[in-house]
Amino acid sequence: MSEDQQGMFGSAGTGDTSGYGGLVRSSESFGSTQRPYGGYFDQVADDLERAYPDFADAIERVVVDRGELTLHIKVDRLFEVAKILRDNLKFEMCMGVSGVHYPEDKDRELHAVYPLFSITNNQRIRLEVSVPDADSRIPSLVEVWASNNWHERETFDMFGIIFDGHPGLTRILMPDDWQGHPQRKDYALGGISVEYKGASVPPPSDRRSYK
Amino acid sequence: MSTQTGPYSDPYASSRETTEGTVFSVTGGDWDSLVTEIGQAKEERVVVNMGPQHPSTHGVLRLVLELEGETVTEVRCGIGYLHTGIEKNMEFRNWTQGTTFVTRMDYLAPLFNEAAYCLGVEKLLGITQDIPERANVIRVMMMEFNRISSHMVALGTGALELGALSPMIFCFREREKVLDVFEMISGLRMNMAYIRPGGVAQDLPTGAIDKILATVKDLRESFKDNEKLLVGNSIWMKRTEGIGYLDLAGATTLGITGPIMRATGLPLDLRKMQPYSGYENYNFDVVTADTCDVYGRFLIRVNELEQSLRIIEQCAAKLKTLDGAPVMVADKKIAWPAQLAIGADGMGNSLGHIREIMGTSMESLIHHFKLVTEGFRVPAGQVYATVESPRGELAAHIVSDGGTRPYRVHFREPSFNNLQSVSAMCEGSMVADIVGAVASIDPVMGGVDR
Repeated sequence: MSEDQQGMFGSAGTGDTSGYGGLVRSSESFGSTQRPYGGYFDQVADDLERAYPDFADAIERVVVDRGELTLHIKVDRLFEVAKILRDNLKFEMCMGVSGVHYPEDKDRELHAVYPLFSITNNQRIRLEVSVPDADSRIPSLVEVWASNNWHERETFDMFGIIFDGHPGLTRILMPDDWQGHPQRKDYALGGISVEYKGASVPPPSDRRSYK
Repeated sequence: MSTQTGPYSDPYASSRETTEGTVFSVTGGDWDSLVTEIGQAKEERVVVNMGPQHPSTHGVLRLVLELEGETVTEVRCGIGYLHTGIEKNMEFRNWTQGTTFVTRMDYLAPLFNEAAYCLGVEKLLGITQDIPERANVIRVMMMEFNRISSHMVALGTGALELGALSPMIFCFREREKVLDVFEMISGLRMNMAYIRPGGVAQDLPTGAIDKILATVKDLRESFKDNEKLLVGNSIWMKRTEGIGYLDLAGATTLGITGPIMRATGLPLDLRKMQPYSGYENYNFDVVTADTCDVYGRFLIRVNELEQSLRIIEQCAAKLKTLDGAPVMVADKKIAWPAQLAIGADGMGNSLGHIREIMGTSMESLIHHFKLVTEGFRVPAGQVYATVESPRGELAAHIVSDGGTRPYRVHFREPSFNNLQSVSAMCEGSMVADIVGAVASIDPVMGGVDR
């Protein structure tokens, strides 16, 4: 996905032959959603504002999209907000953390997304934080939700995000001596060329349609 | 049999000195010399590496055990031996091709992986409400059949690992019957990629309902064999009661879902709490237990079989009234263009469709070509779609940048999360109980490692 790669026949792009493939796509350009958010989202936001006086300062954006609520939080406030969500708003479970790499989102390249689940209220919300690639440190939430232990290790393994305060932040899926973090967009898909009936089929990352 | 001791004296149980202490390599066979050698060591504390190639670790799971005599003082899991980079690969294929990948993650519950993924893609496309009723009913029916086949492996291998061989024979016999249904409907017994964004790959073949109802009847009868073998069996209960204890507080903080959570007494079932694919229209009970142990989880799986059969029967009744209704979303810009049919060599394009695109309509050919090679575009955004898999909450976090391929797909795998509870369940117990505890978690390493 990085710019300097060349596909088969010197072509790069989606492999689209219709002529419409050149339409500009914007990745994640949602502004903050205005109230009312709908459903239980207003209640959650109200409760959080009441329980957390620094709400306005800590929450960067509130996005309601496709029936899901995302709270974009400043990374240094994540731990506090998580604790309040668990203790005061009864989000007993964090279903893990998923990293997303946006190389074009300057100084906010690496995002971490935490889906939360409240069993008591049968509600789901999502927290999202972003950090620059150069200083990709996020406070660990293992102390708040012990279940995040392996999930944070996986996100470290795949994206190189460092979770400060994690009890043992090591690789979990890739071998310990692996170089690089595979889910980052600057990490090529890789593969080896395969010979078939005398012809050589290039590895997936060199095939035009997979670039 | 050698009675010698010392470094490399025994071909089956050699030992060598390292900075961490004496390391014994046991390759099978002669346990006597190992016992003699360990007996000579002054230390009681032994570190044992169990797996990744071990018949009772439920796949390529590696457990590092620290023992004081027979008591386990520490357990650590080593995973990643089956990591295949599915999430990365999906970023290089179009949205529809994604189903072919996800179906291979948790290979015992392929339809759940497909369902979570497709529900996510449909949510991103905003077509959740447009999925035809018949497609939803077929999805539910296939998922419940899959729950049965998955539980059959869980129960069968779980019993096998604890030394009970007969249940395994029965369980795999029942599983075959379910796989026969899968083969009849999708052409494949595993990894079907049957649920697709927008609906299902193809409609049921003629006579499917009768075969399904006959299978349900047959299964209901055969499940009794298993129940007779294990439920209330005193040997089985001695191996499972009070073993692998994890209560509600522990399960909550460890993010546990599925049978392990329900064995703590909490009826956490997403089919009831946050219904998808029309689960709100079916009558079934959420099975719970309050023992927090391996036996409770076993009972939950046994009793969930009957609930799945109930749902399948309701599906069959609905399908009879929906005969001939579409199974793919009406929007031709999303629906897979090919009409599929099961031929002699599996599922493929139907001859009628080939005739149309190759012989009569150039526009159909262009449409087919565009949609199959390039795929459809999905509006930018992110969603989190959940289903209740046999192992708990299976969720797909899907991010789109508006293109024809996923920008990022992450699966919240219940096996991956639940495996974290091994330490909580096993530390302080006997070595032999680890096997039972791990079996009750029912991790599928294909799902854990993805």
